Amino acid sequence: MPDLQSQDYIRRSASTLTPPRARRHEQEVAKLIDVSRCIGCKACQSACMEWNNLRGEVGHFEGSYDNPSDLDPNTWTLMRFTEYENDKGDLEWLIRKDGCMHCEDPGCLKACPAPGAIVQLANGIVDFDSEACIGCGYCIKGCPFDIPRVSKTDHKSYKCTLCSDRVGVGLEPACVKACPTGAIMFGSKTDMTAWAGERIEDLKSRGFEHAGLYDPQGVGGTHVMYVLHHADKPSLYAGLPDNPRISLMVELWKGALKPLAVAGLVFAALAGFAHSIVAGPNEPTPEDEARGRRLLGKDEPPGDDVSGGGAP
Amino acid sequence: MTRSEGSVTRYATVTRLNHWLTAICFVLLTLSGLSMFHPIFFWLSNLFGGGQWTRAVHPWIGIVLVASYAGLVVQFWRENLWTADDTAWLRKIDRIIVNDEEGVPEVGRFNAGQKGVFWAMALLLPALLLTGLVIWEVYFGALTPIPVQRLAVLIHSLAAIAAIIVWIIHVYAGIWIRGSMRAMTEGHVTPGWAWRHHRKWLRQL
Repeated sequence: MPDLQSQDYIRRSASTLTPPRARRHEQEVAKLIDVSRCIGCKACQSACMEWNNLRGEVGHFEGSYDNPSDLDPNTWTLMRFTEYENDKGDLEWLIRKDGCMHCEDPGCLKACPAPGAIVQLANGIVDFDSEACIGCGYCIKGCPFDIPRVSKTDHKSYKCTLCSDRVGVGLEPACVKACPTGAIMFGSKTDMTAWAGERIEDLKSRGFEHAGLYDPQGVGGTHVMYVLHHADKPSLYAGLPDNPRISLMVELWKGALKPLAVAGLVFAALAGFAHSIVAGPNEPTPEDEARGRRLLGKDEPPGDDVSGGGAP
Repeated sequence: MTRSEGSVTRYATVTRLNHWLTAICFVLLTLSGLSMFHPIFFWLSNLFGGGQWTRAVHPWIGIVLVASYAGLVVQFWRENLWTADDTAWLRKIDRIIVNDEEGVPEVGRFNAGQKGVFWAMALLLPALLLTGLVIWEVYFGALTPIPVQRLAVLIHSLAAIAAIIVWIIHVYAGIWIRGSMRAMTEGHVTPGWAWRHHRKWLRQL
């Protein structure tokens, strides 16, 4: 429901104008996922489906607890299970709730060509407006986390909204409400960062010396953060990017190339116009015509060639 | 159609139809492609029935364009092979662009500029097709890894801009050199036009 309060937009995809900025006092929110407290019950997944009224197709068993096996247009959050053998030879079952990270510098929004199809709210939520979405899949290329999925039926891109419709009326996201262990917390980004600090301290005291907060600065920080017991190796958690950032390809494509390309086209057109003013048209002279006709053996005076028009 | 007497056939009907099919596709691709490239052009997507339609129709027009251009390649490749004369002609480009063609080497059916346009498109269009297939989300979105798609979309944009600039040059040349447009619309030129611009070709007729 991204157009509920358009005054709250701070970024709008494919727009050259500044969005309205009436409400600058909006507090930035964050969802904190404490991986160390997750028991993998998938209540968050169910709550997400229920609140957003999503019903994916029943799939097949792929040999892991991941169900379904990947995010899709009907699965906006997904528990990803990793069996990790640590240095001591012990098994660690790493469970990560995957979904949109709501980047401060969203690659999807940068890549999107449809005005207003992706917006960033002042509270940090990055939301898709399905009405404006054209289904090109550029958001997939822009995203450093491989999150958006384009539906094959309606050709719209989908992902977690951070329950923007709930947050907009002062409720926490559905996954947060459903979590039975308090592994998913929601509040202001400041509060969540402080809470994460306590959790990390606790984890460190219990022997997880590399425990830490995942709030990757390569994308300006995120509004979904993780507490990880192995914050030094995020990729252990089902390939969570170690140092996510918007790809250089996307930066070039959506950065330098856009103005340069328009300048190139305008320059080419103006150069042509200027040439036509300076040098003018190039027209055959009567002399050229006479010589051409002579070469063709048609230099008889006009009137003789009554058959007319036949090319040799 | 009405032809001035003594006019010379430049392009056969099939060639002209082939050219204009290519041209229509190219213009439609430029309009739809630019609308998805830069927000200042997004309004152009209205010409195609909105963003969704633009996104859906653009790749299909691209397929028709490449097929159509292949037809032009078959008809023209031989006459577009580069020769030493072309290099000599290019050396006189400073005289040619000010309409002073004294002392410029005689030109066959196509001059170096036209050959440049021909080969630039022959190179750019396949690149656009290949990269376009990679980023054709509906059918091939899952076929390549995302980093490959990122590279493909960047190359696609670069190649498209290059092709549009080549196209602007091509169109302007057709306006600048009076009589060229009729060669491609009606198929014939005056003997004077052929004498002035493609004398070697005229001699061979």
